[in-house]
Amino acid sequence: MKPQTQASIAEPVIQLENIQRDFGPVQALKSVSFSLFAGRALALVGESGCGKTTCARIIARLDRPTGGKLFFRGQDRTARGSGNDERLYRKDVQMVFQDPFSSLNPAFTVNHHLSRPLQLHGQDRPKAGRGEDIMRLLESVGLDPALTRQKFPHELSGGQRQRVNIARALAVSPSILVADEPTSMLDVSIRKDILELLARVKRENDLAMLYITHDIATAAHVAEEIVVMFAGQMVEWGDTATVLAAPKHPYTQLLLSAVPDGGRRFVTGGSARFLEQAEKVRALSRPISTVVEQVGTNHFMRALAASN
Amino acid sequence: MSDNLLEIENLNIDYLVDKGDFRAVKNVSFNIGRGEIFGLAGESGCGKSTIAYAITRLSKAPAWVSGGSIRLDGQDLLRMPEIDLQKIRWKRIGMVFQSAMNSLNPLMRVEAQFHDVLHRHTGCSRQESRARAEEMFKLVGIPAHRVGDYPHQFSGGMRQRIVIAICLALRPELIIMDEPTTALDVVVQREILEQVLDLQQTYGFSVLFITHDLHLMAQLCGRIGVMLKGELVEVGDVTQVSQAPAHDYTRKLWNAIPQLPGNVHLSGALA
Repeated sequence: MKPQTQASIAEPVIQLENIQRDFGPVQALKSVSFSLFAGRALALVGESGCGKTTCARIIARLDRPTGGKLFFRGQDRTARGSGNDERLYRKDVQMVFQDPFSSLNPAFTVNHHLSRPLQLHGQDRPKAGRGEDIMRLLESVGLDPALTRQKFPHELSGGQRQRVNIARALAVSPSILVADEPTSMLDVSIRKDILELLARVKRENDLAMLYITHDIATAAHVAEEIVVMFAGQMVEWGDTATVLAAPKHPYTQLLLSAVPDGGRRFVTGGSARFLEQAEKVRALSRPISTVVEQVGTNHFMRALAASN
Repeated sequence: MSDNLLEIENLNIDYLVDKGDFRAVKNVSFNIGRGEIFGLAGESGCGKSTIAYAITRLSKAPAWVSGGSIRLDGQDLLRMPEIDLQKIRWKRIGMVFQSAMNSLNPLMRVEAQFHDVLHRHTGCSRQESRARAEEMFKLVGIPAHRVGDYPHQFSGGMRQRIVIAICLALRPELIIMDEPTTALDVVVQREILEQVLDLQQTYGFSVLFITHDLHLMAQLCGRIGVMLKGELVEVGDVTQVSQAPAHDYTRKLWNAIPQLPGNVHLSGALA
């Protein structure tokens, strides 16, 4: 079984193959396989606790899988490498976290946050050019260097801080960007701007991007491909447009039906029915199933365990 | 006595800070009718939560209500002695806040937390509280035998439902819900809010529902108010605010929410 999403013949930058992660008796990830390609984004969607962040942590090497393999540019990098290898890997894989308020050190300026990674990972570059690099980075994320460079995090809004975080991630010219719920703590009015910024930096830097979210509606704005997860399993995956237009797995359908839509008022007396339906779908989707069905060109779903 | 349960008139709230006063709520007036679900929308910092806290006089320094009135059934809550107000909180006005699922005491069994509220207002015995807790659990869709469990034994969505259950136990006339489902995923969000709607239809309480998500608000509320920088820029019924928003900012807020592309076709019972 090789249910990885693949849309091009290009070699994947990162490939997860049957990744498992157990926390004691809890199987947080059960055989997760997908690939990230340069210049493309993959959205990982699901409720809290479904295993999205565990995937991100494994890719960023903040956590290690219990089983399965992690390939980086075709090389098996599941096991821990030498110090230098690990440092180079980390330079290639950068993260943007959910909370823009806690992911910057309050005691240091924006300039410091951007010069540190340049200093640590860019030793081959002349020190004299660092100032220019910082200016260029700030401009590339839509911040005015003159206004923001000497500011402390508390002097910036949440959206500006998230832009600094993105600039910090880009500072070391990574090939992979993992964005874990990058907009869920931001104001509604600026979420779209940050999503557009992510899509742009991905394009401009030819980044392979993993976009993690519980908000399936935003996936369409950023990612070419989507993976819907539930209880540690990939339940449905493929081209974002196809999956969203014709969801096949009951869990994906449930998720889409719950996206707030002002045009669809709640009906009185509907709660019991929805609750029952949701419970039924969760119960159907939870058991481990190894059967994957191809339902479109690049559209797959996991068969429900009952029909195995 | 009018048809309005809550009447807010010319409310001004300041934050007293070093650089002078910051007016967080500017001359805001709106009413909530009996049995009405009223939505207050706006982004962070627009003053919507500041109003929620002011209604039950829970605003803490440096917040200062500098003018206006908030009347519940004609009685001005802002000028009422504290002792009278204590009888109104929970009994007549229930509150569910954003991090409500973390507002349960982790060291107390849930039934004891019901007893806290019920005993204070009705003087009932532990047995009576337990019976009421079981009844409320059933109402919000949690098995009644679990009233003796601790908060950590429940999921986030269940904890939020427990807070709603405690809130409803005294049959309040008004429930203030400030971003009650922001920390939950969309499926659980819909489960809880549909349940709130059903309970509201059964018991007829009024709701002040606060969120930044206009789409969600339009699914639940009858009337909507939109706030921008402390001012209420638009108030109208849900159809008008959704289909013909009068203020530019309301339009901006509608467009800000990333939507699913095109029409998603859902099969069967989920649609």
